[in-house]
Amino acid sequence: MVEQGEIRVVRCGGSTINYRKAIFTLDSKYLLCTSGDMVKVYSTATEECVHVLQGHTNLVTGIALNPTNHLQVYSCSMDGTIKLWDFTDNILIKTFTVGYKLLALYTSKAHEGCVFVIIPKENDEALDSFQLVAVRLPKSSDQEVAATELSFVLNDVSQLPKCTSYGREGEFVASVKGLHLTVYFFRNQKTYRLSLNATPKKGANNIFTCVACHPKEDCIATGHEDGKIRLWRNFNRKKEYTHSTHHWHHSAVNDLSFTPEGTNLLSGGIESVLVQWRYGEETKKDFLPRLGAAIAHISTSPEGSLYCTSHSDNKITIIQSNLRVSAVIQGLVKGDNIKTDLMIDPRTKALVLNGKPGHLQFYSLQHDKQLYNLDIVQQEYINQSGLHQFDVVKAAFDAQGSWLATVEERKEKLADLEIQLKIWVYKDEMQSFVLNTTITSPHEDHITALCFCNTNETTMLVTTGRDGRFKAWVLGDDSDIYRESVCWSCDFVGTYHNLLATNCCFSEDGSLLAVGFEQIITIWNPNTWDLVCTFCQPPGKIKDLCFGRLSCSKYLLGTTTNSFLCCWNLLTCTLEWSVGLNVILLQLDPLSENVAAFSCAAENSDLFVFRPNEPRPVYLQKNICQGSVQRAVFTPRDVPEENCSESSQWLNRSQLYFLTRDMDLMTFSTKTEEDRLTSSSKQLLIEENVPVTPFYLLLGKHRQAKLDAENGTLAAQVQLPQGSVAIKELLQTPAHVLPSATFLCTMFVNSLLISKDGKSEVPEEAEEEMESEKEEDETSDQEMDSQHKVKPEYFVEELVPKLSKKEERDLKRVRKTDYSWLCPFYGKLP
Amino acid sequence: MGEFKVHRVRFFDFMPSGIRCMAFNSKADRLALARLDGSVEIFNFSNNYFQEKVIPGNDSRSIEAICWVGCDRLFTAGLNGEVVEYDLERLCPKYTLDAFGGPIWTAACNSEETHFAFGCEDGSVKLFEILPDKIQFERNLDRQKGHSVQRILVDRGPAGTRNKDCVVWNVAFLSDYTIVSGDSAGKVQLWDANKGTLIKTHLVSKWDVLSLSVSENEDSIVAGTSEGTVVQFQLLSPKIGDTETQWVRTRTFKHHTHDVRAVTETRTAVVSGGLDTQLVICPLMDKVEVKSSESVLRKVIFPHRSLVSCAKKPSLLLFQFPDQLELWRLGGTDTIGKPGESLPVTRKPEKLLQLKRKGDDHICCSTISECGHWIAYSTVSSIRLYQLQCDNNNISITKVSKLPKVLRSAHQLQFSADSSKLFVASEQATIHVISVSRSECKHVHTFKPKSDVFLPTGSSAPVHLLAASADGQWLTSANRHCEINVYNLKKLKHHCMVPVYNSLPSAMAIHPETNNLLVTHADQQMFEFGIVDKQYTDWSRKLQKEGLHRCRLKWGTPVTHITFNPQAPSQVILHDMHMFCIIDQSLPLDGLKAQFYSQLTPKDTSETDKPRKNNALKICNKYQPLLHVNLLEDDWLVVVERPLIDIHSQLPAPVRQKKFGT
Repeated sequence: MVEQGEIRVVRCGGSTINYRKAIFTLDSKYLLCTSGDMVKVYSTATEECVHVLQGHTNLVTGIALNPTNHLQVYSCSMDGTIKLWDFTDNILIKTFTVGYKLLALYTSKAHEGCVFVIIPKENDEALDSFQLVAVRLPKSSDQEVAATELSFVLNDVSQLPKCTSYGREGEFVASVKGLHLTVYFFRNQKTYRLSLNATPKKGANNIFTCVACHPKEDCIATGHEDGKIRLWRNFNRKKEYTHSTHHWHHSAVNDLSFTPEGTNLLSGGIESVLVQWRYGEETKKDFLPRLGAAIAHISTSPEGSLYCTSHSDNKITIIQSNLRVSAVIQGLVKGDNIKTDLMIDPRTKALVLNGKPGHLQFYSLQHDKQLYNLDIVQQEYINQSGLHQFDVVKAAFDAQGSWLATVEERKEKLADLEIQLKIWVYKDEMQSFVLNTTITSPHEDHITALCFCNTNETTMLVTTGRDGRFKAWVLGDDSDIYRESVCWSCDFVGTYHNLLATNCCFSEDGSLLAVGFEQIITIWNPNTWDLVCTFCQPPGKIKDLCFGRLSCSKYLLGTTTNSFLCCWNLLTCTLEWSVGLNVILLQLDPLSENVAAFSCAAENSDLFVFRPNEPRPVYLQKNICQGSVQRAVFTPRDVPEENCSESSQWLNRSQLYFLTRDMDLMTFSTKTEEDRLTSSSKQLLIEENVPVTPFYLLLGKHRQAKLDAENGTLAAQVQLPQGSVAIKELLQTPAHVLPSATFLCTMFVNSLLISKDGKSEVPEEAEEEMESEKEEDETSDQEMDSQHKVKPEYFVEELVPKLSKKEERDLKRVRKTDYSWLCPFYGKLP
Repeated sequence: MGEFKVHRVRFFDFMPSGIRCMAFNSKADRLALARLDGSVEIFNFSNNYFQEKVIPGNDSRSIEAICWVGCDRLFTAGLNGEVVEYDLERLCPKYTLDAFGGPIWTAACNSEETHFAFGCEDGSVKLFEILPDKIQFERNLDRQKGHSVQRILVDRGPAGTRNKDCVVWNVAFLSDYTIVSGDSAGKVQLWDANKGTLIKTHLVSKWDVLSLSVSENEDSIVAGTSEGTVVQFQLLSPKIGDTETQWVRTRTFKHHTHDVRAVTETRTAVVSGGLDTQLVICPLMDKVEVKSSESVLRKVIFPHRSLVSCAKKPSLLLFQFPDQLELWRLGGTDTIGKPGESLPVTRKPEKLLQLKRKGDDHICCSTISECGHWIAYSTVSSIRLYQLQCDNNNISITKVSKLPKVLRSAHQLQFSADSSKLFVASEQATIHVISVSRSECKHVHTFKPKSDVFLPTGSSAPVHLLAASADGQWLTSANRHCEINVYNLKKLKHHCMVPVYNSLPSAMAIHPETNNLLVTHADQQMFEFGIVDKQYTDWSRKLQKEGLHRCRLKWGTPVTHITFNPQAPSQVILHDMHMFCIIDQSLPLDGLKAQFYSQLTPKDTSETDKPRKNNALKICNKYQPLLHVNLLEDDWLVVVERPLIDIHSQLPAPVRQKKFGT
């Protein structure tokens, strides 16, 4: 009944880009970073994602530039393969199958044909013992090669890539774990183990956190839990090694990196300050403070002009070497805990959730990019452990996206709970939400739910609190002699037997309000505030509550703590049906009758999609992820899909996103969708290779015309510009030997024009006919249908262009215009 | 072991003087250290860092530079413009010489040890030739006369301090023609002496770099700063195996709170001292071969000898300061409390006497008789004896005017148990016995050191420890050649010599009943010698075989006083700076490895812990730091403490430093 496999759970954007160190390409034009199962290539100048290297089937755990070819990058993954990519053209060159879970990847110029990876001992991560091994990459022309030649380098290393570093010219490798620094010299194959004291004295904590080796000298920098940085020298002796200690960070040093020439050492930690130490003069330091979130990784570009820091809030900051921030690549901010629901901003169709502390983030799922952050709390966030600060715990949009309500809370251990309800209005002129009303202490206890009335003229907001009340807030006039304004004020306070109000929900037309009071659901008329009726399903308390939509709007759905999913008929005020199912999340599709219910049983989550009018699932999928689903949301599609199969029809108009326990954003994708995506990405690739120039724009029109012609009749066919000798000459001759632009332009435009020497359209046509005859000769055994398909290829080689009258006129005009402005662009031609 | 009522004395306001400069003699493995009050101390590094000799200070002497020549010649120069050479046996200046250049700020000796250079206030450098028995003026290098080969100008500090003058506090010259300078802007700079150019600047401190020292093989430099830090620089090659080297700042030690005025580097440790009066010996772990006494950080704060004498019967304490003596009567209480309880003081301790010394010379030793009627002290130049009359609240003191002519200066003074005799260890290595009575003072006898054929030089070493037996029959003396002699006072002749152990005796006492001599040495060893039998006792042999618990060794400061419990004759009480311990000779020894039951706290003495009662060694480190522990009559234990916090409160405020989180 339900076909499995047609719908897949996929990671969709919003994946972490701060999992591993990002690396710069040799020319610093691109930044490569791991992102879930993919590697993303960002442009350092524009912050745009240029390519996504897809191919791994599990988490990518390490990337490193190929030391022998700087246009290639190695990536390793938990799926046990090392892949070699051409990142400029997004081509997978080779796949090396190692067969072990790979946790980190290192390359070294001194070890050609070899990469170093960290693997779990006996391929079992649970043993918590990891080894650094060298993998010899076999020289073979095959696409897929098995790399089985592993040679052991170091035993018992930390699985974190930042705890191992290669020294000057790959002569040694340094690795830290616990209280030990291990240095292995490749030349004489000797291992030195340097240890620190464990005794915590004066708050010292000597545990190593990271290591970096000086690129030109034999010096190892290590970071420690207590924020100290030690510089080790003479480490090829048993005893007479020496280290100097530098202390600025107040908590653990998260990462260290030397600049390529070794003149500076960069360090970062939870303080979100990038510290630049001068090597040799460590008392002189430079700081780049206020980077927003704790620094997790630091890397430098090979020529040293750019640094980049990865932050704990899924952000990469690109910093110039004079410590100016030049670009910020922001991924989806995922804290430890998403307190707000996942929401969709009706205007931008962006996903809205908790972002930075005290902020709401608007994240475009289509472009996999953060749109903006909305500062809700509007207070400076102080990075200090044990400090309680305001945080956004609830938020809701109205149906049009013109109002946004947020709830922020602060709970100090001994102090009272502080709650603020803020209502924001969307201002078109500012293209952003602006604070309209702030209500301090709307309830005397935590607010459990809030929702807007979904009618067209939204004027009502309902909040429920643990103080046993639900409150209705309405928009009222607040004008005075100075200005005209509106504000929100309390209209009604309702209680029911002093029970805690847990949920609230408006029916689709806004005529009914359902408020859950522990075990009892009360239905209110929001116009008169009459209690219409009550439902209950004791002894379970109400967990989720929602009205059906469209044709199912007469149903009210509720889930209870004693694992029941109930559906009440509002017309008959009876229980229509109920199912024993431990539903942890109930999510309504706003564009259809479908309801998605997530249940959790035995460490795995299951999905049920059903319509309220029948207790039979439209679709069900077991084991969608490990652990329980945290949040979920339906997002409307821009273009509806056309899935014919019954099981995937529910995904036609909306897409379902959910957050797993590990805060991964996942979605369900159908086969047709994936097919379309892959085809479009290929098409994009070809188009990207053509530079956008005035010529291209012009010729683009030609090509469009050509396509039209193909679709329709056998009208004018246009050649591709690459065929022209003049263009070839123009593009291939170095800019500095080219004649002046005006001269070239004439020649160039001439080449595009039909020669004017008395030829009319008639011989053209004759020619074409002749050609087609010729073609028919060649492919006489083919069917006529194939003719059209073959033709374009055939015409590519043809040098004679064919233009319509209008295009001819355009070109003539082009010919007359002055092209001297083009001169400066010559240098930019590839 | 017993339970004691403890007098916890905290009114001994002993204030050590700040350390000004020091010099390490690697041939003799000894450190000479000069303090601000003009006293000079010599520490023997090969003998557990024991404070071997103390040359008492003098009010007119202020030392700015100290220098060794050879193994055993020590010179100092100071702001009074004089160069002093010391007699290291008699512990007094041998001769003084004026350099005629005003106050002397610095002194240096060339590596061949043929010449001295003194830097004087008037800007000149005086060159002296070193002769076997004196030094002789040779040349005057005046800065005006154009002798200088290079002239290096040290720039001012980093931005913000540019308007302040920069003073170079210290320079060092390396054999590869590198000059190292430390200045008031906190910089340590390395210069090329041939070209006069700057090689490298290390900004070490926000304040001054006050002291510099180069290790013997010139691969390490240490610099002391006003912040109390000591920074080490090492000559390292940036690439392993490369011959090219550079000076790299490596370690930073922070053991001081105030100016580090003197710093030096031995083979295995960095030694630093400063205004906070403590000498810190910080081991360089990479140079220490095995875990031994060398691998422990040591702080020397108090002298390794007793500054307190106690008159047991009248409960009097005599405190010795460099410039005065203080006599205190202990307070008392009427209440009887439970173990662990602190009793209310009903009779306050009373300062009976403050005796200022005469002359410029500082007091080097003092003593009070058992009965409390006699006080004696000595300076480098004279010995004084006072008679004390104490009738209830009236106290009168009379100086004994006519002392025998033989008494000139003493290294140690000791009254006999019945207070009838005073033993004076003179600077000539002899011991004078003086009988004291109310009527007169009479020289009875002089014990001359027994000349020993095996130790030709040993005969002239002055005595630094004396112990008399309770029955008045025996007197023992220990000298700085580790010889312990026993004299019979009845027969007035030398009785015997204890076999020489190769470590200086730090304390000794004769058991009141068995007449066994108990000696502790600087290396923490303990011996018991039967005087009558002229041999080590069985207990001593057993102790040597089995050893005391290693807890006893943990601190490493020498034992400075030994006393016995008259109530329980088998108990010996001895103390060092960090703890006092009671050794019961009747109980079996527990050896080095045995599980140790520590603490004398009453809480732990519950019946459940019976087995611990069988331990010979009991340790109490509740009172710290200890200057004196003694048993009075009636089970009273007097404990003299000098809390470090009191010393710190008397020091000037340290330089202001921003501390994170404040």
